[in-house]
Amino acid sequence: MVSCDLELDILVATMAGGDVFIREVVRNVLLTGTCDPGTICYRQDILRDCMNNPDSIQEMYDTASASIEEYLKIVGRYTGQSADAVRINSVKAIELFIEMLATLRGIGKRHGEAFVSEGFRTFFSMLDREFSDEYLLSMREMIEELKLPEGHLIRAVLGKGNQGTGYAIQRSRKPGKQSWISRFISREDPDQYHFTIAERDVAGFRALGELKGESVRDIAALLVRVSDHLVQMCTSLKTELAFYLGCIQLHSHLSHRGTTICFPVPEEPGSRKCSVRGVYDICLALRIDQPIVSNDLFATGKDLTIITGANRGGKTTFLRSIGLAQMMMQAGMFVPAESFHAEVCTGIFTHFRREEDHSMQSGKFDEELRRMSQIVDSLKPDSMVLFNESFAATNEREGSEVSHQIVSALIEKQIRVLFVTHLHEFSRSLYDQSPDNALFLRAERMQDGERTFRIEEGKPLQTSFGPDLYTRIFSETHADTDAG
Amino acid sequence: MMGPGILFAHPDDDIRDDAMLEPACFQDLHLDQIVSALTADYEEYHLNPFFYAPLHRADDVRYRQEVFEDLRDDHLYLIIRTFAKEMQSMRQLLSRAEKNPNTYQNKGWFLEAARIYTEAIQSLADALSKCSLESRGFLAMLTYLNQYSSSEQFISLAEDITRLSNELAGVAYTIHIRGNEVTVCRNVPDEEYYQEVADIFSKFLTGPGTSDKDTIPEQREMSQVEGRILDLVSRLFQNEFSHLDTFQEKHAGFADETICRFDRDIHFYIAYLEFISCLKQKGLPFCTPLVSETSKEICCTEGFDLALANSLLSGNRSVVPNDFFLQQEERILVITGPNQGGKTTFARMYGQLHHLASLGCPVPGRTARLFLPDKLFTHFEQEEDINTFRSKLEDDLERIHTILNQCTPRSIIIINEIFSSTTVQDALFLGHKVLDQVIDQDILCIYVTFLDELTTLPKTVSMVSTVVVDDPDQRTYRIERKPADGLSYAMAIARKNQVTYEKIKERMRS
Repeated sequence: MVSCDLELDILVATMAGGDVFIREVVRNVLLTGTCDPGTICYRQDILRDCMNNPDSIQEMYDTASASIEEYLKIVGRYTGQSADAVRINSVKAIELFIEMLATLRGIGKRHGEAFVSEGFRTFFSMLDREFSDEYLLSMREMIEELKLPEGHLIRAVLGKGNQGTGYAIQRSRKPGKQSWISRFISREDPDQYHFTIAERDVAGFRALGELKGESVRDIAALLVRVSDHLVQMCTSLKTELAFYLGCIQLHSHLSHRGTTICFPVPEEPGSRKCSVRGVYDICLALRIDQPIVSNDLFATGKDLTIITGANRGGKTTFLRSIGLAQMMMQAGMFVPAESFHAEVCTGIFTHFRREEDHSMQSGKFDEELRRMSQIVDSLKPDSMVLFNESFAATNEREGSEVSHQIVSALIEKQIRVLFVTHLHEFSRSLYDQSPDNALFLRAERMQDGERTFRIEEGKPLQTSFGPDLYTRIFSETHADTDAG
Repeated sequence: MMGPGILFAHPDDDIRDDAMLEPACFQDLHLDQIVSALTADYEEYHLNPFFYAPLHRADDVRYRQEVFEDLRDDHLYLIIRTFAKEMQSMRQLLSRAEKNPNTYQNKGWFLEAARIYTEAIQSLADALSKCSLESRGFLAMLTYLNQYSSSEQFISLAEDITRLSNELAGVAYTIHIRGNEVTVCRNVPDEEYYQEVADIFSKFLTGPGTSDKDTIPEQREMSQVEGRILDLVSRLFQNEFSHLDTFQEKHAGFADETICRFDRDIHFYIAYLEFISCLKQKGLPFCTPLVSETSKEICCTEGFDLALANSLLSGNRSVVPNDFFLQQEERILVITGPNQGGKTTFARMYGQLHHLASLGCPVPGRTARLFLPDKLFTHFEQEEDINTFRSKLEDDLERIHTILNQCTPRSIIIINEIFSSTTVQDALFLGHKVLDQVIDQDILCIYVTFLDELTTLPKTVSMVSTVVVDDPDQRTYRIERKPADGLSYAMAIARKNQVTYEKIKERMRS
């Protein structure tokens, strides 16, 4: 709902630039932003590093991507196979990731100096410390041994029904690398027997595979855990880089257009800090090729902001610009504004009027309240709810009463509310109470009916400028008639 | 030797005919659903005939009720379930071993089956002797078990098993596989290196592991390759394997007949108890009914339809329980009231209660005193059979005629919506006729109908399915003992639609 009401997909698509993975990650990060100002600043620092070193970021992302792709090929090929096949594929996968770690470490060695954020400094020094040349070598050696070049040497005992059991793989090479199979299996030993599986005995080879599998079952399980862990590591690296790549992409887009961005200053939730200058709807900016009107919002100390005023006066756009900027801040991104200094919210929710389905007029109000009820289920103190012409699917009096009750309850429950409304009784009654924690804004309209799309402080007016609409439409008709 | 039974007090009564057919009343009463749900997990025991055959002597019923009462002890119940599981594994192993009795693999399974069997017998005898048993069935079984487990034959079997198992468990060997070559030898290395691998990769092993260690079943089939390896192992360890040959010859057919019969029969109880335990957990009551071969003054509180309760188990809908009683000369419950009000369910419950009680089972209800009938007849509405040229009315009459011919004063008859296809006048006339015979023979009967007039005959009790007072569209599913009042329901519907006398006058005022 939030993503749809705020037209988030436009933002996400620009950031992703066609990369499906980046699209998913960016979308996810935006929708699950953090409410910790510290984390936001930490991410902002990393983002600055990324914007300064885009090539290194791309190289790391490509390395991680390629490794995961290769890993999926290996795993896909062996799915549902015996434990011995699992061993073989895990060994391959681990080998792959060891080389990836070596590559990442190389990047850190070459370009690490250019990174100043705490995040990247920690990352590069972790790579250096945890994956020394010596350690990488000993892992590579173990991987070679686990390929079992001398075959499987298995210890067994008789179990129930005389079935062999306790199959346990034994080392078949000394660390010094020469085979020591002969110590156990020698051709001269009278206490031993051989047989050979015929080349075309499919069942025989399968059975042999099972036997080998049982002997390496523990080790295979262990190796799966290792490769799982490695692929997770690799995936989370790829995921984080994907987000920052998306930001880099967006930044280059915006700078081509010459629009302003800034790094916001986040405040603790509940501080009711809100000092915003020149905020604009980033999705609108990305969509249309014209200058966009920006607005200010000084709502420090306010729980409630009521926005009234002319149709098509930029109210919805304003609401979106606030919601999107808030989301971007909480994702750790820069925001579309000249300056943005605001509290973080524990959640951002939207309740926009649904324009569609005119068919079910009777159930519409019910649908609105049901959606409201769902939002209430998820609210926490210091969440933000953006209402856009909500609860108007009934008559003005009932709509106002419902809105009034809902908003009053939310405010008392410490929720921050921005409400665009035409419900005059609702806005008027709130204004008459003139509470300190409420701010009243109005979409500006010049004397001649011209709109500036600027939202300014002002009390709710009786009319919603229906006459404007009437005049415009009817005068156009007149013009047509005259012309004809 | 043939010992006592857990199902029948008198060995002569024993019914174990697998070809036995489902009684005619089963479908109507939904007993077929109950029995198929009951037996679903116990196919190998062929329990159906036990649930098809009601008992006719109160003492036989009591014999089973005692066993059920003993089994209320969770500890005893667990002992029996454990025993049954072991017997099951024994049978599985024996059937494996029989496939080809001359391989060392199958001889191994034969030994394993015998080991499981002896252990099961010993622990059952031990455990039962520590339980405070009350039922005649279990006490007889315990006596038998004690005799059997101390018999010379049994003891020598157990000793042979222990000796041989120890010997074989000591056999260890090494297999080397390279390409398609397999070598088997007596030397065993000690160079396992799991820990070393774990150490090298330790930093990637934090967090919960996704281990697939346990996915390979313990008793998978031995492969041909393992068979060949075993042959070689048997050549490496000739002494141990010759003892196995001797054992199999000596102890063929070791399982005791009485024990095996007990293992099957006890599942009659287990299947039933397992089935009702989920319902009990939902708070539904079950009780041991008092059954009588003579007294027709029956009663039940909080009875319910077991099949319905079971089908509602998955959803969140609850079962509405109902009471009934008959006193002195009362014999017939005539049920009236609105459609979909639970009348048929009530009739089914009545029939289920009596059938289940005559099996010796606990019945769905808080308390129950029930009659032990010689036969249970049902007449439920049937789809018209297009293959016969008889009309539905003819068919109904034909069926009820057959029933009335077969029944005795000790029978129970359940009639649901008979003669609904004909005129009220016909249905009244025929209903009277049928009920007259039932009354004459002093038969217990339940009669579901839409005819209020039938509720006032001698020996009848009127019961009515009720609705919510303020909203006649809502059923309570409660069937109450009160005079039939079809009209008050009709009035409520009229009020709702504003066509009562007052409403029509009011609306027509202006």
